[in-house]
Amino acid sequence: MIQNKIELSVEALRGGDREEFSRLVDAYSGPIYRLALKMLGSATDAEDVLQNTFLKAFQHLKDFEGRSSLSTWLYRIASNEALMLLRKQRPEIPFSDAVPEDDENSDYTPAKFTDWCCLPEEEFLSSESQAALDHAVRRLPEILRIVFVLRDIEGLSIQETGQALDLSETAVKTRLLRARLRLREDLSKYYGDRLDKRSKK
Amino acid sequence: MSAHDHSKCRSLLGSLADYVDGTLNEEVCEEVERHIAECQDCHIVVDTLRKTISLYHRSAAEAGEVPGDVRERLFHTLNLADYIKH
Repeated sequence: MIQNKIELSVEALRGGDREEFSRLVDAYSGPIYRLALKMLGSATDAEDVLQNTFLKAFQHLKDFEGRSSLSTWLYRIASNEALMLLRKQRPEIPFSDAVPEDDENSDYTPAKFTDWCCLPEEEFLSSESQAALDHAVRRLPEILRIVFVLRDIEGLSIQETGQALDLSETAVKTRLLRARLRLREDLSKYYGDRLDKRSKK
Repeated sequence: MSAHDHSKCRSLLGSLADYVDGTLNEEVCEEVERHIAECQDCHIVVDTLRKTISLYHRSAAEAGEVPGDVRERLFHTLNLADYIKH
């Protein structure tokens, strides 16, 4: 999430003003780096995505037309960079086959019905819990993962997520629901086990 | 699943994202609420789905900035070394 929106001059950026560009980098490098980390799970890969995103942004800023906000435009470049790197790493899995397009016909339904919300707060704050959250995100198919990261971790709206990924709002909503349900299922397993362990103590 | 008619559970599944985001239209929202009031399993799915999303929101809010060495290399790569401050 971009916490502190700063005023940047698009005109100066388009004109190649380096100082203004450095302000842009400082304003957005945190969120872009986090997106890359969540998508790729490796600090080295995340740094590559971070660098390539801003190299491309600098190269193409003069063409920025303002059809979306500057942040959505950067997220768009970063998302493409992250997905391209994943594709390079696993060329054997075509993205189109990685997940069904149409949720209406999917056979996905919740299977775990443990209520783990009542676990004590300390359970959700542990580093093991954080690792389980990260692991669950990385288990998502890439095209669900990117929608989830943009919407639920970076806090983009449905519309902005669609603009960043060239997807309709309906497609964003469909993928978001699938991602969230899959994560819920994974976390239900992890926290369900935690509940069991506690009850056996 | 518990002993009641579950034909609605599946049809309401598609509305869940909008429901937990609070963007569902009133009529469908009431329908979802009526359903989860009587269906324990769907109630749990909604609660744990909300909790799942809130855990990720919280972890995002806690995440720090770019590590100093990563920032420094980024500025050098972008020929912005003159602007490394902090």
